[in-house]
Amino acid sequence: MATLTAPSAKHADAPINQKLTPSDKVALHRQMVRIRAFEQLSIQHYQGGKMGGFLHLYIGQESVAVGTISLLGENDHVITAYRDHGHALASGMNMNECMAELFGKATGCSKGKGGSMHYFAPDKNYWGGHGIVAGQTPLGLGLAYGLKYQDKKGCALCYLGDGAVNQGAFHESLNLASLWNLPVIYIIENNGYSMGTSQRRSSAYKSCLAERAEGYNIDWEQFNGEDIYEVRARTQVAIERAHNESRPSVLEIATYRWEGHSVADANKMKYRTKEEVERYQAEHDPIQVWKRNLLQEGAATEAELKAIDKEAWKEAEDSAEFAKNSPYPTPESIFEDVYWEVDNKTESGSSGRHFFND
Amino acid sequence: MPRQLSYRHALREAFDEELARDPMVVLMGEEVAQYNGAYKVTEGLWEKWGDKRIVDTPISEAGFIGMGVGASMLGVRPVMELMFWSFYTVAWDQIINNGGMVRYMSGGKIHCPIVVRGPANGGTGVGATHSHTPENIMAGFPGMKVVCPSTAYDAKGLMKTAIRDNDPVMFMESTALYGELWDVPSNDEIPGGELIIPFGVADIKRVGTDITLIAHGRAVITCLKAAEILEAEHGIHAEVVDIRTVRPLDEDTILDSVTKTHRAIYVEEGKPFCGVGAQIAYMIQNRVFDELDAPVQRVCSLDAPAIYSPPLEKIQIPYPEVIVAKALSIC
Repeated sequence: MATLTAPSAKHADAPINQKLTPSDKVALHRQMVRIRAFEQLSIQHYQGGKMGGFLHLYIGQESVAVGTISLLGENDHVITAYRDHGHALASGMNMNECMAELFGKATGCSKGKGGSMHYFAPDKNYWGGHGIVAGQTPLGLGLAYGLKYQDKKGCALCYLGDGAVNQGAFHESLNLASLWNLPVIYIIENNGYSMGTSQRRSSAYKSCLAERAEGYNIDWEQFNGEDIYEVRARTQVAIERAHNESRPSVLEIATYRWEGHSVADANKMKYRTKEEVERYQAEHDPIQVWKRNLLQEGAATEAELKAIDKEAWKEAEDSAEFAKNSPYPTPESIFEDVYWEVDNKTESGSSGRHFFND
Repeated sequence: MPRQLSYRHALREAFDEELARDPMVVLMGEEVAQYNGAYKVTEGLWEKWGDKRIVDTPISEAGFIGMGVGASMLGVRPVMELMFWSFYTVAWDQIINNGGMVRYMSGGKIHCPIVVRGPANGGTGVGATHSHTPENIMAGFPGMKVVCPSTAYDAKGLMKTAIRDNDPVMFMESTALYGELWDVPSNDEIPGGELIIPFGVADIKRVGTDITLIAHGRAVITCLKAAEILEAEHGIHAEVVDIRTVRPLDEDTILDSVTKTHRAIYVEEGKPFCGVGAQIAYMIQNRVFDELDAPVQRVCSLDAPAIYSPPLEKIQIPYPEVIVAKALSIC
């Protein structure tokens, strides 16, 4: 039987983790389990024809979003790419609005106008959900710029995949982040594959991808993402750097996605082996790693964790029911949310023609 | 004697007033601060407002425009200069997908009060890469607003509106106009105390009865020259309608004018294929077909990339005589 990788006492003992109460630790577990249940159920409904387009699943990577976002405070912000369900739920969005968005319903978080890749909740400091690889990296920089401009002590966590590091926008962002001392933390969630192309076939590097930050005089770190203790301990260093020194960081967090690039990834078992996927599932499942920590520490019992699983599945199933029973957006709503000035019936929105349909 | 200001000075005055009014307004771009602006539009503003409000950026359009879009989501109001609008191509994804789409894709939860501005014109001997006129392209994205002032007066009034607007505004100027002088009253001469021109309101720059010349940006000035020739040499009284903003578009002023004159030409410095004039010609025939005494005509830049050779470049872009000839062909 495969065994999970050993936990690191060093990270469990980090001050930021020492602050966690048993119930905080259980809450982290609940977040990961909720994300997984939400996504596993979404596959079923995708395959049942209830949603269109892409569905990029985060299964296997949950500890990264949950661990990093658990560290954030009032003036800390989150922005990510298209594999965004985990970050959204970890930021406090609810399953109903997220599932309804997948179903294209008016009750979705973006009123059915964004879809899987475009979840938003600015009231929860969650700024999307962006479909173009690395397109969000200058936006994350802008959030940091906005914080600094308004003299707020905070930071922006900007997530990207290992495939995004080869886009020019990311490099331009790194240059500006360092040049202007902006409190942005770029988190490269390295799951080894940019769609079907492995890291070795897509990126030139010396030791790792984050090392590219060296050229921009930005502090960087590479670490393993399967244990929330490690994710929290090492991300906290970057957050403190952002808060106290207004300096950027690049973190490369090793992780693994169990599913294809998206549900529509026809070659998901061609560019990697079944054995590789199974090994990660057996030995590096972040939920199992954390569960073992909780049990070993006596923070929770098997029965309590089973109950959490059950609640998460119930919540996911309820969200699918909510989505199914929700109305689609009306045809009139196609023209809403295009122009702020039109929606708000201002003078600027009332003069001249804004839409050209006939 | 009314006060006269150059187009660039009028823009500068708009920036200065809006910087004073709203502490969230930031000007950024390449060489806008310490260098005083590649075309001196922002001259003196850095000295007055300092590093926080007037920001020199590296040559990194995707980076700093995307950054401005992100900052605008948090309430900053960046006015970002493209040294040439032609450089929009390297910031395309940030302008369109992020600036233009984020409000819609978020179901209206986010809005993006940015201004992207700079000169968008040919005719200055800088070749095809630096001579783009993308107003038709940007207007093709619902969510965007596109503003093309032809005079210093309009430039000031429209820029102040652009900075206050809560949607992304693509503001296209002209290097050929920066030094031109127009009457621009000072604020104490204006009822209400400041010069504000709403979007979506066209301006009749010359009243006439026989044909309507419709245009935006510098082509308006070319139309005014053509109208003078038409009157002096041919006794034809042309009305010149300056749409001022491509999107939103004041259709009523155009239709009223065409209903009066029964003939129309759209003049623009952009290319003919899917140009602004194509949309407007369609609109005219669709709405006032029975009022037309002749097919709607267009005068655009000649349909090839901008040529460098100075004498040829002059004839690639609309000039008064070509408008006159087109008018005579339908009058």
